[in-house]
Amino acid sequence: MDWVIWLIWIVKGFFLAMFLLVGFAYLTWYERRALARIQVRVGPNRAGPFGLLQPIADAVKLIFKEELTPAKAYKIVFFLAPIITMVPSIIIAAVIPWGPQEPQVKLFGYTISLYVADINVGVLYLMSIASIAVYGIVLAGWSSNSKYAMLGGLRSTAQMISYEITLGLAFVTVILLAGSMRMLDIVEAQRSWWFVVIQPVGAAVFLIAVLAEVNRAPFDMPEAEQELTAGYHAEYSGMKFALFFMAEYQKMIVVSAIAATVFFGGYLGPFVHRWPLLGPIYMLIKIIILLFGMIWVRATWPRVRYDRLMAFGWKVMLPLALAIVFITGFGILLAQELGDPIYLTVIPAASIVAGVIAVIMVNRALTRKRILSYEPR
Amino acid sequence: MHEYIAIAVLIGLATLIALIAIVLGELFGPKKKSAVKSMPYESGMDPYGEGTRRMPVHFYLIAVLFILFDIEVVFFLPWAVVFRKLGLFGLIEMIIFIAILLVGYVYAWKKGALEWE
Repeated sequence: MDWVIWLIWIVKGFFLAMFLLVGFAYLTWYERRALARIQVRVGPNRAGPFGLLQPIADAVKLIFKEELTPAKAYKIVFFLAPIITMVPSIIIAAVIPWGPQEPQVKLFGYTISLYVADINVGVLYLMSIASIAVYGIVLAGWSSNSKYAMLGGLRSTAQMISYEITLGLAFVTVILLAGSMRMLDIVEAQRSWWFVVIQPVGAAVFLIAVLAEVNRAPFDMPEAEQELTAGYHAEYSGMKFALFFMAEYQKMIVVSAIAATVFFGGYLGPFVHRWPLLGPIYMLIKIIILLFGMIWVRATWPRVRYDRLMAFGWKVMLPLALAIVFITGFGILLAQELGDPIYLTVIPAASIVAGVIAVIMVNRALTRKRILSYEPR
Repeated sequence: MHEYIAIAVLIGLATLIALIAIVLGELFGPKKKSAVKSMPYESGMDPYGEGTRRMPVHFYLIAVLFILFDIEVVFFLPWAVVFRKLGLFGLIEMIIFIAILLVGYVYAWKKGALEWE
């Protein structure tokens, strides 16, 4: 019996890791195809049908590339940094539930739960593992002993830690609404209404913060090719570079899964409580839609200037996130004291007002700056 | 407790995958070292001075502010879990806590800690 539990853990972990690896490979293909379509190109279509073998060709190419270590690099840290970046991007997915607990899924007489770990501090786990990813990047930038890498690492770190606060506050609104940090409880709390309906601004704040957290366009300053060549992984080549690339795309998949879980109802969908194996399918659909959103954003918006990026994080997102936390708390309290859930509608109404105020403030600040910059100094 | 062992197993698997990837690259990649190749990349110029030189103090400032506000978020988490039990008392208490913190935030803003040149 004991070895069966170990086997289940290993097989489930293996499946999750393989899902993320294959997902990473095909996400690169998906992104290139989608971007190409948006820019009226065709995209990779030579290797295999629809270019479906392109990721394999890329992987083989990267395996046969030379691994360079700069002479002045700090060798051990230089070797460890890609691993430290890549490992959190897989293990963060451990607490995401892929299907409901009831009814149970039976396989060979054993109950298989559709998650790797069900810990009662799920959200805390997500936040702490997300913070570890910063270490890999700052160590990569520092250990390369190169100016571009150093600057990229610094910028990346400053940006990630700035938006982490906003991310944490967006998580707090979810915890307030669900009354629990356990991921399964959070999903089950959305059975009547998804949290994106109750707290639309919270979801928007979450999605923006997540874009900055995974260094995606329009917040991809650390990798700004035109000024920093490649940022923190400028000195990396071959499979070590592939690990950074892998970490970035796996993080995209994982944050989409997290966003789907905490705001878009996770595995919930029609009939999921009769056939629990529908759960992973609903999850996958939601993840793919959210990923397309990320790619669409990259195709649409230009890169944000670094000072504006930081100012946006500290002066707009942080107060807005704080405001919606208190609006959510107030709405829940109102519904609880007056004993009628209809008062929960205060939350979306007041948060949208707060969001509109934030947008107007940003607009005004930008317009004023534009007028000023045209005047001679 | 079992759940954490499952996570530990996953950490082991993830590390294994990363190591396999690096070992594959080391095995199959060519190894033709040269002095020029192992120079740090600086857009084709000869590198000048150390790579890890002094950095703007502003990054430290951001880091310190981050610690302050991240601890605040950590305070928020248990509060949010038991919020329904605390009721109005909890909300008012948190508003007071944040008001004190906001004084520091406004001070940092007015001092220009959030500005970048």
